[in-house]
Amino acid sequence: MELAAIFISAVFVQNFVLYYFLGICPFLGVSKKIDSAFSMGLAVTFVMSITAVVSWLINNLILIPYGLDYLQIVSFILVIASLVQLVEMFIRKISPPLYQALGIYLPLITTNCAIMGLALIAALNEYGFVETVVFGFGSGIGFTLAIILMAGIREQLDLADVPEPLKGAGIALIVAGIMALAFNGFIGMLT
Amino acid sequence: MGAEYLKGLWDENPVFRQLLGMCPTLAVTGTVITGLAMGLATTFVLIFSSLVVSSIKKLIPSQVRIASYIVVIASFVTIADQFLKAYFYPISKAMGPYVPLIVVNCIILGRQEAFASKNSVGRSLIDALGMSSGFILALLVLSTIREILGAGTFLGYQVMGSWFKPWIIMILPAGAFLTLGVLLGIALVIERKTKRS
Repeated sequence: MELAAIFISAVFVQNFVLYYFLGICPFLGVSKKIDSAFSMGLAVTFVMSITAVVSWLINNLILIPYGLDYLQIVSFILVIASLVQLVEMFIRKISPPLYQALGIYLPLITTNCAIMGLALIAALNEYGFVETVVFGFGSGIGFTLAIILMAGIREQLDLADVPEPLKGAGIALIVAGIMALAFNGFIGMLT
Repeated sequence: MGAEYLKGLWDENPVFRQLLGMCPTLAVTGTVITGLAMGLATTFVLIFSSLVVSSIKKLIPSQVRIASYIVVIASFVTIADQFLKAYFYPISKAMGPYVPLIVVNCIILGRQEAFASKNSVGRSLIDALGMSSGFILALLVLSTIREILGAGTFLGYQVMGSWFKPWIIMILPAGAFLTLGVLLGIALVIERKTKRS
């Protein structure tokens, strides 16, 4: 039950994009078409799940036992940067079709604040191992949901008569605001 | 020198013109005090990273330059984070994961790659000061609007009369998106007006 609550919260209530404002760059940058939005979401979910596992291991097996908590920021960012490289090489070797689908999005993820945010928030909430994995996977699904919805709306938006100065990022942010407001309605699911 | 500083304030304002650093801009601007704290912390990290990177730029092999910049930035973020935790605990608590997240703020890495790694220490310092001022400006505008409309206060002091009913939406995440979206539109209108004249 506890795990289900963490999952639902990560997908709907404390959605990474619409609640924590993390991963705004890909959310605005790669949300012009549903196809590419879906691939981006898939890549982020994949990396987030792995990051959750690795960052938990580093934090709880190395940093905390040896009293090195203050190295959290440096070690997380280094691990994430090299992890994404590793995942990229691994996928290229193991599954070329998957690499074709995710290829160009993986390097973009290195600088994605959502991945770093995931490691930090999981550490901040002091989740156990299983909880961290569920949180990581759920957050990825939440990101995917948000970016696909956004892409769907933006495809329609191309046909709409948007005031000149708001075209592009302006209207995208306003749409995101309305989406955030709608997602607010999910808060009731947890109480 | 003046132009180097001023470009960060408006022509290349990191938030309004370059759309960089959106996450912290949206996340910590619910109140002016957290917005200001984020601005100052980012300023500290940006200035010292630029100083270090511009002074050791010849020693960094170009293949590992991004990783090197990240280590430099992460070190200064750690200092800022520990400092806030030690002396301003309530503010640090209110900002949650967003102080450590300065490390992935694209403004900072962007300036190292685009400017500090190619220019002298002095010019990099001016550039870092300009970009930070532009970032603080954006945070202050956004947080002032959100705090006054969302709570009727400014820096915690009541500024709206008792007739004013706070707009709860401005404190919610939705308010951040809506306000920034409208501000980007306004910034574009101002830009066009000034270009024409």
